[in-house]
Amino acid sequence: MLLIPCPWCGPRDEAEFHYGGQAHVAYPENPAALSDEEWARYLFFRDNPEGRFAERWNHTAGCRRWFNAVRNTATNEIEAREVIA
Amino acid sequence: MAERLSPPARFTPVSSDDLRIAEVPFLTQINLRVDPKSRAAADIGLALGAPLPTDPGTCTSAQADVLWMGPDEWLVVGERGDDPEGTIRAAAGTAHVGITDVSAQRTVISVDGPRSRDLLAHGCALDLHPRVFGPGRCAQTMLARALVVLAATGEEGFRVFVRSSFAGYLADWLLDAAGEYLRKGTVTSR
Repeated sequence: MLLIPCPWCGPRDEAEFHYGGQAHVAYPENPAALSDEEWARYLFFRDNPEGRFAERWNHTAGCRRWFNAVRNTATNEIEAREVIA
Repeated sequence: MAERLSPPARFTPVSSDDLRIAEVPFLTQINLRVDPKSRAAADIGLALGAPLPTDPGTCTSAQADVLWMGPDEWLVVGERGDDPEGTIRAAAGTAHVGITDVSAQRTVISVDGPRSRDLLAHGCALDLHPRVFGPGRCAQTMLARALVVLAATGEEGFRVFVRSSFAGYLADWLLDAAGEYLRKGTVTSR
């Protein structure tokens, strides 16, 4: 099990968290102007790197706040994290 | 008026030299959301007798217990019949503050005695060592897979806030896990 460092509560078990997918996926500036393919790419297409990956987590069983973390998908080490204001 | 039953009403308090487990039903609980840097937060702290705790996982105790729930969220716990909501509303005035009575959301099981940390450690992944989780600490976490708020009320005493629908289950689990600590001088009372 991962030990995930919540920026507020400190290190907690993975079971206390909800995964929120890739971080920093920007909402399209003008969604109406997108083609179906571009919209589908925004909705469904995500990076799947081996190595550092910025992702969102929610500490559902604790403070219930969202935060971003950079996880190394090869080693599961969490290298950085940031509070989402 | 109909008799008011707490969720684990069938739960029988137990005590031994090592451990005491009992329900503390019907405490007044208020969920408070306010910007910690605002004037209103300072006023509410003043009215409650202690500043709202801003360090994660800490609680203060003055006129009511105030538990840190999040960077802008607290749980204010008063005794049965207390009215912390009135105090907070008077202090907040017209400021931008969220005040919600959540008394019915959770009930409280008190776990006390020299073996209380050992008992909770059976189902909780947190480090409960007194150096880390001593008096004045609180945490939202999972105990035996149930969502709880743990508050250390003294050197050996804890309050376990558990959602009403999980309270019967958690009481059963605590009694089962406490078996090995209850042999010596157990007194069961209704």
